[in-house]
Amino acid sequence: MFYREAGDFKTSYRDDNQTFPIRLDRAGYWIALFVAFCVIPFFVNDYWVNSIFAPFFIYAIAALGLNILTGYAGQVSLGTGGFMAVGAYACYKLMVAFPDINIVFHVLIAGGITAAVGVAFGLPSLRIKGFYLAVATLAAQFFLVWLFNKVAWFYNYSASGQINAPERSVFGIVVTGPNTEAWAKYMICLVFLVGVAWMARNLTRGMTGRKWMGIRDMDIAAEIIGVNPLMAKMSAFAVSSFFVGIAGALFFAVYLGAAEAGESFGITKSFLVLFMVIIGGLGSIFGSFAGAAFMVLMPVLLKNVLVGTMGWPTEIAAELEFIIVGGLIVIFLILEPHGLAQLWRLTKEKLRLWPFPH
Amino acid sequence: MTFKRVAAASVAALMVGSPVMADLVFPSLSYRTGPFAAGGIPYADGFADYMTLLNERDGGIGGVAVSVPECETAYNTEKGVECYEATKGQGALAYNPLSTGITYQLIPKATADDIPLYTPGYGRTSAANGDVFSHVFNFPANYWNGASAAINHVLDLNGGDLKGKKIVLLHFNGAYGKEPIPTLTKLGEKHGFDLTTIPIDYPGQEQKAQWLQIRREKPDYVLFWGWGVMNQVAIQEAANIRYPMDQFIGVWWSGAEHDVKPAGDKATGYKAMTFHGVGSDYPVFADLQKHVVDAGKAAGDGSNVGTVIYNRGVYAAMMLAEAAKKAQEIHGVADITSAQMRDGLEQLEITNARMAELGMEGFGPEFKVSCANHGGPGAIAIQQWDAAAGKWSLISDFGGSDMDVIQPLIDADSAAYAAENKIEPQCN
Repeated sequence: MFYREAGDFKTSYRDDNQTFPIRLDRAGYWIALFVAFCVIPFFVNDYWVNSIFAPFFIYAIAALGLNILTGYAGQVSLGTGGFMAVGAYACYKLMVAFPDINIVFHVLIAGGITAAVGVAFGLPSLRIKGFYLAVATLAAQFFLVWLFNKVAWFYNYSASGQINAPERSVFGIVVTGPNTEAWAKYMICLVFLVGVAWMARNLTRGMTGRKWMGIRDMDIAAEIIGVNPLMAKMSAFAVSSFFVGIAGALFFAVYLGAAEAGESFGITKSFLVLFMVIIGGLGSIFGSFAGAAFMVLMPVLLKNVLVGTMGWPTEIAAELEFIIVGGLIVIFLILEPHGLAQLWRLTKEKLRLWPFPH
Repeated sequence: MTFKRVAAASVAALMVGSPVMADLVFPSLSYRTGPFAAGGIPYADGFADYMTLLNERDGGIGGVAVSVPECETAYNTEKGVECYEATKGQGALAYNPLSTGITYQLIPKATADDIPLYTPGYGRTSAANGDVFSHVFNFPANYWNGASAAINHVLDLNGGDLKGKKIVLLHFNGAYGKEPIPTLTKLGEKHGFDLTTIPIDYPGQEQKAQWLQIRREKPDYVLFWGWGVMNQVAIQEAANIRYPMDQFIGVWWSGAEHDVKPAGDKATGYKAMTFHGVGSDYPVFADLQKHVVDAGKAAGDGSNVGTVIYNRGVYAAMMLAEAAKKAQEIHGVADITSAQMRDGLEQLEITNARMAELGMEGFGPEFKVSCANHGGPGAIAIQQWDAAAGKWSLISDFGGSDMDVIQPLIDADSAAYAAENKIEPQCN
């Protein structure tokens, strides 16, 4: 009744192409941004930031990155953990080497370095496809983690191979290290997330994104109509790795504060982000958010219900978490193979007709 | 976004639980799942059971009940952070996360929140320097003491000469397993032995490659820094290549009953370091059996009482309880805060008389913590497994370690940390 296009007149091409063509959606978007930027920062505490918002935002960035590569450009990647490690270690080396520079630049440069590494490991994608490419990126994952464990220069020769984020600030506000205020940690992650999501949305609906989708849907046809596969694939790897690198840098510097390659950026991380993308919905910006929220918040929610409210023993709750989350993934994928994003799309279709479906 | 909001709202509703106030809260960041659960379960049981014993037998510590909220980390640092944040609001007095990785994560956080970390026999070794690490305590022994004690034991076996010997460090490829490398490297230079390090990646169920390398290099001794399922695998593999067990020495986390039992008789002779007594011939375990296990209040099924890792959990809980008592004494209040708990840990003194009162005579060494020394005496003995008898026995006395080598390393590592984080020395 309220959720519909009718009456919302578009008078320019710009209006016609906007991200949220329905008034209610637009309002929801601006309200969400307002709440995220102007309300939540005044109420968050350490628990909310460290257990919910920071991991959710950072995984959402990583999922956006992987979604560009796998969802939009159709190149399967199992190297996300390794690329996050590149972002984290690059950020660490930059933070230590140039302590006076604003951390935002370190994170961006770390993303740039990851993009370069991503392009290098993306080169095989010109020759191989599908599962074979997945194996090549898997090699990247193992090689990178091995490298950061083996070469002591990356962790500044510390005794245990751990890297620790020193205290760094943005405009005098501390955003890394133990003395970070909860809201500062929240804001830096949020700003990066909004920036990345905005970039991703605009890239994917422009010519670059159309080229990626052309390559995904049928590479030979795309090549015939003039898409350069080299440029399309390499740009997908570069943009994707840039985002993943930013996620890795924030993951280490802002969220955890200390990391080691094998434990924080192992193969499980690659799978986790891939699951987020698949459950959220391949080729959807909203899907990246939904997938990250599902994989990050669901276990925390279940733990709080089972242990906090119902008082169950922790190990039974932990095992049940696996069963429930795993079960939900299977159920979701059977009922809606295109992920949460498709579920959301269907809901919106239904809402447009409601309450008169005929 | 809708899903997120619904989830957030439900979490909000659930988070407003009932924080247990007016208790002495010692959160247990345990892991009862995952590949390291074999060690995590008995430790968490021992820790919780000792606290239960205090509640049941003595009415808590200084008349205040103790509570041990558990939080499952699965040895995962992200979950560890979540658990820390979730429990610190309940008035946590001290953390004992039983994971070197999580400890590294928590050192700056806990220091900023003024909550002490107690990491007996694990964690960051250089935290023994209390001048820099004001809120971290790792008495009575740390990894560098362990590395040195193992080398001392090997020196004893070889008449004090290790020139040209080959020693392999087989270690978990993570923060924990890498800790002893600097000390062993230095000791290698000092005594002239040849050190090779062979890493095992998490979780370590597959070690064929590592043992193939050991078989090829034929080292004189293998030192082992493993945990959880990788211990059983390593001992089984050692038995498979017929590596002499009495030349295979594990750290204290690689020397429990469940590590050696799967290899059966072939595990006889396997050695491990320890910083406390073995077996259940101490009165405290009879009390635990009577007041906790038989009363049906045990954290686990009660079958672990007296095993190596369970005992270590009891020992850690005892230290924290004694420190809490000390804090109550110093500050004259029963309901202490985490800052007062820190003072208690720093001024803790364990005497043999006190250990006897606690029913743990001879279980651990006498020592006194000071502002500068948070590391304790570092007295370590070697225990050996006898499969036929099914028990560990001590084959050496509790001996010191080579502090001439270790102290400069501790000073250098903590100085680097202090410089990186701009920490002023807290003592004097």
